[in-house]
Amino acid sequence: MTSSIADPIISCDNVTISYGTFAAVRNVFLDIPKHKVTAFIGPSGCGKSTVLRCFNRMNDLIESFSMKGKVLFHDQDLYGPRVDPVEVRRRIGMVFQKPNPFPKTIYENIAFGARINGFKGDMDELVETSLRRAAVWDECKDKLQESGLSLSGGQQQRLCIARAIAVEPEVILMDEPCSALDPISTLKVEDTLHELKKNFTIVIVTHNMQQAVRVSDMTAFYNAVEVEGSDGKVGYLAEYNETKEIFNNPKVKDTKEYVTGRFG
Amino acid sequence: MTTTQHPPAASGLNYNPYAPRNVWNRAMNLLAALFSLMAVLPLVVVILYVLYKGGGAITPAIFTELPPAPGLSEPMGMGNAVIGTAMVTGMAALVAIPVGVGGGIYLAEVDKTGWFAQFIRFGVNVLAGVPSIICGLFIYALVVDTRILWGESFSAMAGSLALAVLMLPTIVKTTDEGLKLVSQELRMGALGVGASRFVTITRVVLPAAVSPIATGVVLGIARAAGETAPLIFTALFSPFWPDWSSGLGLLAPTATMSVQIYNFGIMPFAPQVQLAWAAAFILVVMILAANLLARWLARFSAS
Amino acid sequence: MFTHKKRPWTEKLVDHAFIRMTAVLASVVSLTVLGIFFTVGFQAVFQGDLSSLLPWNQDSIWQGIAAWNDEETFGVRWGAIPHFGLGFLANSSWNPVRNDYGALTPIYGTLMTSALALLLAVPLGVGTAIFLTEDFLPQKLRTIIGFMVELLAAIPSVVLGLWAMAMLNGFLAAFTPLHVHLGWLPFFGTEPGGPNLAMASLILVVMLLPIITAVSRDSLNQVPRELRQGAYAVGATRWTSIFQVLIPAAVSGIVGGAMLALGRALGETMAVTMIIGNSTKLSTSWFAPSSTIASLLANQFGEADDIQVSALYYAALVLMILTLLVNICAQVIVKRLALKYD
Repeated sequence: MTSSIADPIISCDNVTISYGTFAAVRNVFLDIPKHKVTAFIGPSGCGKSTVLRCFNRMNDLIESFSMKGKVLFHDQDLYGPRVDPVEVRRRIGMVFQKPNPFPKTIYENIAFGARINGFKGDMDELVETSLRRAAVWDECKDKLQESGLSLSGGQQQRLCIARAIAVEPEVILMDEPCSALDPISTLKVEDTLHELKKNFTIVIVTHNMQQAVRVSDMTAFYNAVEVEGSDGKVGYLAEYNETKEIFNNPKVKDTKEYVTGRFG
Repeated sequence: MTTTQHPPAASGLNYNPYAPRNVWNRAMNLLAALFSLMAVLPLVVVILYVLYKGGGAITPAIFTELPPAPGLSEPMGMGNAVIGTAMVTGMAALVAIPVGVGGGIYLAEVDKTGWFAQFIRFGVNVLAGVPSIICGLFIYALVVDTRILWGESFSAMAGSLALAVLMLPTIVKTTDEGLKLVSQELRMGALGVGASRFVTITRVVLPAAVSPIATGVVLGIARAAGETAPLIFTALFSPFWPDWSSGLGLLAPTATMSVQIYNFGIMPFAPQVQLAWAAAFILVVMILAANLLARWLARFSAS
Repeated sequence: MFTHKKRPWTEKLVDHAFIRMTAVLASVVSLTVLGIFFTVGFQAVFQGDLSSLLPWNQDSIWQGIAAWNDEETFGVRWGAIPHFGLGFLANSSWNPVRNDYGALTPIYGTLMTSALALLLAVPLGVGTAIFLTEDFLPQKLRTIIGFMVELLAAIPSVVLGLWAMAMLNGFLAAFTPLHVHLGWLPFFGTEPGGPNLAMASLILVVMLLPIITAVSRDSLNQVPRELRQGAYAVGATRWTSIFQVLIPAAVSGIVGGAMLALGRALGETMAVTMIIGNSTKLSTSWFAPSSTIASLLANQFGEADDIQVSALYYAALVLMILTLLVNICAQVIVKRLALKYD
């Protein structure tokens, strides 16, 4: 069911994630290709964000989190006993659902990450380049010393993208980056993504199927099933293929119903 | 546009215990743990010490006898101070609760943002910051020095008033905040069936907020019971039982446990010092009980 | 069917009366504040009790003021403010025999004990708050520690004072090496031999810790979790994100808590009175007995008379103004620094 991918940058090998005793998503096998945009789609509660947060060990912040299986990044197990999660996050950045600029100036928002990653170079140039790549430079070049919170929601989100790319990660994870934005800001962020995939590998979770079609090369469809003997649901990876295949020629019935809007 | 130079594939993902940031991180973890230990330690030491020194001094006679004259060791009791603390604190609560709850209702239900409300809120904040000994001086000048209470000077009632001034801001604040937690729909519902504001507030809103208010009031009373500074120039002290003929004991100077700790704790006589510890024990146990009660009340309201 | 479709006048009356009553009760609070300032101020300006304000009283101050021009200060017994003026604040002698009073020593003691206590309590309290908001320990254990710190705030100051007196020798043993090795510093200049300023500061630390911890913990908890995630996502370590993101975001609450604690420290009475030695002699050494305004009041007010009473009220007025300024500053700072983040 998965198309074979030559040199994957991240691969999941039978990943099952639980919160406490409750399994959120189970048995995921998945290869993320390099320098492509991979979209995770599916109904709510199917575990797509959970899998995404696994890629840079963001789930470590949740106390009840536990994981079985392996997540390989360049063939190295991200959850190996000697792995430093901080090191992982410097290689695999993240943009969140809600824009979360730091309560600092716009300039400092970008410089912060670079500085803690030991950036030695022209900080002004880095700030400008990052903001340009995130397509938000024009809107904030005159107010770099103002608080990041003074921007609009869409601008804040692009600032967060700029913040993520300023530390030059290999992979950028995006967890529904446009769900809190208006349609125009959404289109701007999507334009940014096209630009970014030249240099970065992007994994994006989205609720919006048109968005998946517009931005992604690969699409993974997650679904959830009732767990026998309880009223909870557990997510699983239903189908993974090139985006045009998923939307034009789905192999699985659930996928077809979901992408044609007849789901549920 | 710069091209991204990535480090060689996946090298150095491993935790490097000697990296400066990791050394710094571990040192800070240790420091934070040390700080918390230092913050909790005094509490443990004080409580254990009070329980040890005071617990040993607790006998039934503590509650039924009077303290000995300086230099003597019999009788060993402080019944007057126990009654005095109950009397002074109880009376203070009787004065402060109606005023404080009324003021809180005004701030939460009647006028939230007007200039008068701002003025009251500012007053509440200032009063909360007034040192407790100043409350004592104020009541001394107002009540004791002027003998305004039926010609009496130092009295339990004066002490109660000083404690009431101290409790007032706490009660106003908890009432205000407790009432803010009541959902707007509940108010609308009551007003919607044509209830007057009086009925809405007293029959619907206030009962819904009773447990956060009670929590704050319990804590306020517990705190007041341990206060000493406002009492030393108002309720003063007395080695005798309350004089019930004088305004039910309210118009005569009275002993309280907290003032007893101060007066006896600095005396050079062992029996007095022992009684100070006994009083400390009773106060601490009472305050622990009040805090547990308040927590229980808070949980009660949450469910 | 409905006899009350039209509201009876009694109901309207009750409604109005109730609203008026709450307004009156609310104004009691502010009137009390004004009353406190007026009373303390009055007693600092005049000798004699408040009843001399009543015009029909036989030694009413009004008669004296009306007679001001006829004979010098007839009837009015001026208090400490007219006597000592602002020099009161810079005079370090407190001499009941010569009736010469100045509050420099207690003012210095008040400021010094509070500053020392704050200096120690802020890092300890904020450190504890961080420890309690991070996941070093299981949630249950953290809740218990948090509760214990709150209980520390509930222990009456007089009980802490009693405990401090019992621990006196332990304190002295801890201070002696400082004097022996660092005695050339003026702060450690005298040999610690009894109650002193340093002990009062340490007891204040114990009293301030719970306030600072509780307020800092609340404001750290209010920092949105997205911010912490954001810091982690660019590769920040735990402490980088704490120092660079969490604390700056919570700074208004933390500073507010520290100011609140400072206000408490300035006015704290019983524990300090029992352990500071109550000396009105000015000394730069922390190991010398000293006094604070509050301890001076607790210690001397009972036995004072005439102008000394008025001088004590003057000192009390100074203390009130100090705490008022600190509290106003706290509110302004909290508003100024408050993070606009939703």
